[in-house]
Amino acid sequence: MKQLIKLLKSAPPTAIFGLLVIVVYVFVAFFAPVLTPYGESEIVGSEFEPWGEGFVLGTDNLGRDMLTRLVYGARNTIGIAFATTCLAFLIGGFFGLLATTLGGWVDQVLGRIVDVLMAIPTLIFALLILTILGTSIPVLIVVIAILDSTRVFRLARAVSMNIVVLDFVEAARLRGEGIWWVIGREVLPNSMPPLVAEFGLRFCFVFLFISALSFLGLGLQPPTADWGSMVRDNATLITYGDITPLLPAGAIALLTVGVNFVVDWFLHKTSGLRDEH
Amino acid sequence: MSTDGGKHEIGEVLLEMRGLRIEGQSDEQWHEIVNGIDLTLRRGEVLGLIGESGAGKSTIGIASMGFARPGCRISGGTIVFDGIDMTAASEETKREIRGSRIAYVAQSAAASFNPAHKLIDQYSETPVQHGILKAAEAEQDAKDLYRRLQLPDPDNIGYRYPHQVSGGQLQRAMTAMAMSCKPDLIIFDEPTTALDVTTQIEVLAAIKDVVRQSNTAAIYITHDLAVVAQMADRIMVLRYGDLIEEGDAREMIANPKEDYTRQLLAVRTYKKEDTAAAPSERPLLDIQDVSAAYGKTLLVLQDIDLKVERGRTVAIVGESGSGKSTLARAITGLLPPLKGKVLFDGEELPASYKARTRDQLRHLQMIYQMPDTALNPRQKVRDVIGRPLSFYLGMDSQAREKRILELLDMIELPADFADRYPGELSGGQKQRICIARALAANPEVIICDEVTSALDQLVAEEILKLLQRLQDDLGVTYLFITHDLATVKAISDEIVVMLQGRIVAQGEKQEILTPPHHEYTELLLSSVPEMDPDWLDGVLEKRKAAQ
Repeated sequence: MKQLIKLLKSAPPTAIFGLLVIVVYVFVAFFAPVLTPYGESEIVGSEFEPWGEGFVLGTDNLGRDMLTRLVYGARNTIGIAFATTCLAFLIGGFFGLLATTLGGWVDQVLGRIVDVLMAIPTLIFALLILTILGTSIPVLIVVIAILDSTRVFRLARAVSMNIVVLDFVEAARLRGEGIWWVIGREVLPNSMPPLVAEFGLRFCFVFLFISALSFLGLGLQPPTADWGSMVRDNATLITYGDITPLLPAGAIALLTVGVNFVVDWFLHKTSGLRDEH
Repeated sequence: MSTDGGKHEIGEVLLEMRGLRIEGQSDEQWHEIVNGIDLTLRRGEVLGLIGESGAGKSTIGIASMGFARPGCRISGGTIVFDGIDMTAASEETKREIRGSRIAYVAQSAAASFNPAHKLIDQYSETPVQHGILKAAEAEQDAKDLYRRLQLPDPDNIGYRYPHQVSGGQLQRAMTAMAMSCKPDLIIFDEPTTALDVTTQIEVLAAIKDVVRQSNTAAIYITHDLAVVAQMADRIMVLRYGDLIEEGDAREMIANPKEDYTRQLLAVRTYKKEDTAAAPSERPLLDIQDVSAAYGKTLLVLQDIDLKVERGRTVAIVGESGSGKSTLARAITGLLPPLKGKVLFDGEELPASYKARTRDQLRHLQMIYQMPDTALNPRQKVRDVIGRPLSFYLGMDSQAREKRILELLDMIELPADFADRYPGELSGGQKQRICIARALAANPEVIICDEVTSALDQLVAEEILKLLQRLQDDLGVTYLFITHDLATVKAISDEIVVMLQGRIVAQGEKQEILTPPHHEYTELLLSSVPEMDPDWLDGVLEKRKAAQ
């Protein structure tokens, strides 16, 4: 705990800003039902009501409260993005470490599979699969996680490549340790910092990706609130000079910036990089 | 002075440091790493700076150019080079002086050359840049210098790229490069440390010759007292940024005043008593006709036959590329041999370590050259030593804890080291932990791969003594891989000399070390520097006479 406080004190202002943004978002996501005046998909007024009393940020194209939708959107978008990123890291990290530790044909086969997946444009591939399998939330999570795990695989493989050749890994192998020990105890702990940093970045990408899919109508399905589809639903307002549709877009941008600040700080901390003065 | 010392004139003061203090930054705090050193160097004089790592010798060498490494700063004292105050001089002035009047020769020539340019172009760069010579003149100079440094084919070697010449040749080309502007002062920072002994002697001879002929002043930085004895007129012994002793080279070698200097001189005098071998029916380790290759074609081991008796130390000696480390990999099964077999206690071991049983693996343990990479930085000492105990011997946590403390005691480290991470240990302590990890398995054979070459001399000697004591107590057998003949003399019972993947000589220590030797053994033995300041000239004369 003391260390944590000391760590926070040494953090640059950008990182503190980023942490603050993340904490607020998480708080809002957790307490969405308490913080909102109406239900997630409750129709409470007429369409496109302006900002004002009763509806702080107005209503959307179906007459639902914009603020309520925005808060619930945090919950859905962040929750799903987080689950997806975790799954992507489990899959990509595991196979990446497996490929370097076993080497040989395992590495070759996994590498080629990833090459094939990466050769297809992600968005088009996701649209294709989601059209075939339908767009339930579990399918969405699994599909995006698998597509994203290819990037994680490449990173995990590149990082652990330099570690499996070190003497302590050789010593563990010579001791007769099994593959799980070598991966879990010797290689993984030493590959963690870059992977954690990448986690933050990947989270942003997944988050944007879900929003993009939602905007195209293949992400989260109505009436679930989601920032991507909220932009699309209310896009007509832009023609009238109303900035309301930009609010969910702004929410996405702010979180992305916040997460990246924290990731940058973490990278500097763990890699020992220092700014050249 | 000796042979041709007459050419060697010592003139007026060239470089003078007074109360030099340098600080280095760690954990956001400044610590003094050089604590007020006075240094005087005259024209034509060679000054040896000697000390172990952390003594500040390289830092002082670099400071004479008015420069401190990133993360370091010159915090006090004066550095006056030929009347110019280097601490106060502008960057412009210092840049003028560096390269043209002060040159620097680094430890690793391979890392100091740009691999994309030819040697001679890199030679010409500095004098042309400083406007001292035209490109054509510089090339002619380069060829002359290459000839004086006894590089083969001096007229053409400059047109090669750095990767096309050997390590020793590259180091000499680097020395030539440092001489290109006829500097007043050259700083040699461990120029031969990365070289094999037989190559080192050539480079030493070339440097000595050239420095003498051109009457350049030099600062020669090294950790090896025997080397500095050949090169320097005067020696400064440093430790932790303090000057321990300073004096005339011959006098200091003959009659050191300080304890620390005496320790440095006495290092490597440690010698194991001779024990007679009792050849048994069944040697503990029997390597029969082993050949190994990387890939399918590149044969690095050929027809190796080697028997190791229980409780003995067999030293495998050779220069880099001789296949000695590959032999270790073949025995441990990391590189399954193409042909031949390895018998342990009369029983044939599977070629690959993957096919060996846990007990077979347990009996063969290994200690590595670089203790930094041999320990997982994320595991505490307790886990490092404890793992073999639970893995091989199935100890429960109580028994393991007890054994860990015993092992720490054996390697002469206090019990509270169990809670440390490798990053909190010094190099020698890390190597001790590696030894404890090997011992934890209760092995019969420990393969030591260059275990002392990454350590300072005094620390290395302690490690050798520890290994010897453990052998006396536990009867463990060592296979000792090294390039260092002093280590061999210190610890071995038997010696195996390897050259280009083959064994060229093998036998009892006494037998190998007393003449008549095999031709290559003779070359190796005669190339090891001795403390006698006349040694280098003597060896060179002898070799010339033999030709």
